Amino acid sequence: MRISDMFTFSVFAAIGNRGRTALMLLAVSIGVASVVLLVSLGESARQYVSNQFSSLGSNLLIVLPGRSETVGGPPPLLGITPRDLTIDDAETLARIAVVRRFSPLVVGAAPVSHRQKEREVTILGASRDIFAIRRMEIGQGVIWPANDNRFQAVCVLGSKVKSELFGNDNALGQKIRIGDYRFQVIGVMRPKASSLGDDLADMAIIPIASAQALFDTSSLFRIVVEAESEAEIAKAKEAIIRTIRARHDGEDDITVITQDAILATFDKIFKAMTLTVAGIATISLIVAGIIIMNVMLVAVSSRRAEIGLLKALGAPKRQIVYLFLTEAGAISMAGALCGLGLGGSILRLLAWFLPQFPIFFAPWSSIVAFTVALSTGLLFGILPAQKAADLGAAYALSRR
Amino acid sequence: MIELLNIERVFLVGDEEVHALRQISFDVATGEYVAIMGSSGSGKSTLLNILGLLDRPDSGVYQLDSQRVSELDEDHLAEVRRHQIGFVFQFFHLIPRLTAFENVELPLTLAGVAPSLRKQKVTDALAAFGLRDRARHRPAQLSGGQRQRVAIARATIMEPKIILADEPTGNLDSSSGSEVINILEELNRLGITVIMVTHDHAIGARASRIIRMADGRIESDSRHR
Repeated sequence: MRISDMFTFSVFAAIGNRGRTALMLLAVSIGVASVVLLVSLGESARQYVSNQFSSLGSNLLIVLPGRSETVGGPPPLLGITPRDLTIDDAETLARIAVVRRFSPLVVGAAPVSHRQKEREVTILGASRDIFAIRRMEIGQGVIWPANDNRFQAVCVLGSKVKSELFGNDNALGQKIRIGDYRFQVIGVMRPKASSLGDDLADMAIIPIASAQALFDTSSLFRIVVEAESEAEIAKAKEAIIRTIRARHDGEDDITVITQDAILATFDKIFKAMTLTVAGIATISLIVAGIIIMNVMLVAVSSRRAEIGLLKALGAPKRQIVYLFLTEAGAISMAGALCGLGLGGSILRLLAWFLPQFPIFFAPWSSIVAFTVALSTGLLFGILPAQKAADLGAAYALSRR
Repeated sequence: MIELLNIERVFLVGDEEVHALRQISFDVATGEYVAIMGSSGSGKSTLLNILGLLDRPDSGVYQLDSQRVSELDEDHLAEVRRHQIGFVFQFFHLIPRLTAFENVELPLTLAGVAPSLRKQKVTDALAAFGLRDRARHRPAQLSGGQRQRVAIARATIMEPKIILADEPTGNLDSSSGSEVINILEELNRLGITVIMVTHDHAIGARASRIIRMADGRIESDSRHR
């Protein structure tokens, strides 16, 4: 039998029984759609995270007190926290050629009040370079002038803190109380889509020296460093370690995390997550395969007479196996196409409803789903096809 | 052409052995017109299935065209059926989703004949059986007589040497029935061996040889004309 004839015969056999075929199509397309959807959502989440990371600023290095062997992890919980990082440590980084900008950071929480309104706000002490490093934009007002190392009673408010304390009133020039100090609001940040980690809209940013006074500390939470370029990150890391070591009596007691190390870790996590959900979704394809098998087994008994006829007309066993396998393959292929369409449409719909979340269609997911659908269809088609081929011709033709 | 020697066929019904055929031996020469008759359960359909290679005897020798077909494997049996035997059934066994044309074409399609040749052969066959204007009809749109003519066209499209007909008129009114018998007799005159199972005496009487069966044995074997 010619391949084209075999295909035509099987496809028309499938079309000939709409209910049965529709059931199998549905099963396969749901399976394929779920694989495509879950994989694409996983990919989208991964892309979203990596975009968020680059919106934190680029070519970043983070200098933490304490030594850690792990990449991208927090400093060790146990063990002696050695020497603190100080503003003087940070200042020496300015001498490194490949460092473009840096900012020491002190973070804490303090009550912030204006007239009767008071709330607990995260206070970020930093140098004015932090705005450039973190790509934060000032919506109103200004950043404090340079010379961060002197106490200055000025602050820049996150947009959320501003609206909670002042509503729609102008905040610029107003005095607010942070902890025991009075600060003047000199700037308000432009609202920004939330970024990873800390929500900058919910913070007040003050000069580093002011933060150290406020929290009564001389140590730093960390230092954020921006290298001159991506290529210089490794060089910068080395130089930072060398510089601090020289200041700390030859001891390596800091950890330098590069942004790509963190990103790589997240990337790994998200990839693993995507593969896991893809694996789970693949189970639905196997379920679809089992449905195909069952429906086709029923089809074999209800098409007994036809199988008998094919045998009487001289079709060898092998040909009957091929006919049924072609039918299973054609149905899974059509189901896979429907599933791709369905998955694609749902993704489009999601993209339309969630414009702030970038939805990606992962092309490899459709290839995987298609292949898996076709192979499960064929695999689970083998048993019914074999059963059809093994029917005795005389029995199949009899009306009993 | 056909030689049967001591053919036995036993079915298991529950725990009980049923001897459908016992010690069946007879020969059929090329071009004969044989009616196999007998009451239901006499073994005539089982015999026809064995003649048509749809079933295997439990013992005995079956030679077709001097070939011991009782020893062939399944694939070779299929090949012999494809080229040498045409089947006509009581319930037509047309595929409902296929048109008359496609039903007649099916043996050629299964045999891998080129589409252009198929088209020509099927067109000729449909014309020969007076079905030219029914080519695009599906079985449900045809009368019983027309369906059986489509089935006969299908049975002859591979130019077999033997036609095996199992109650070909059993599901037809008398005029379509005799029309179908006329066609089979015409085919017989063209040299095709026709073996027909029937329990209609009038139809059986038209054959040149009648084999009567009872309880799985041949009761009588008579030739006339």
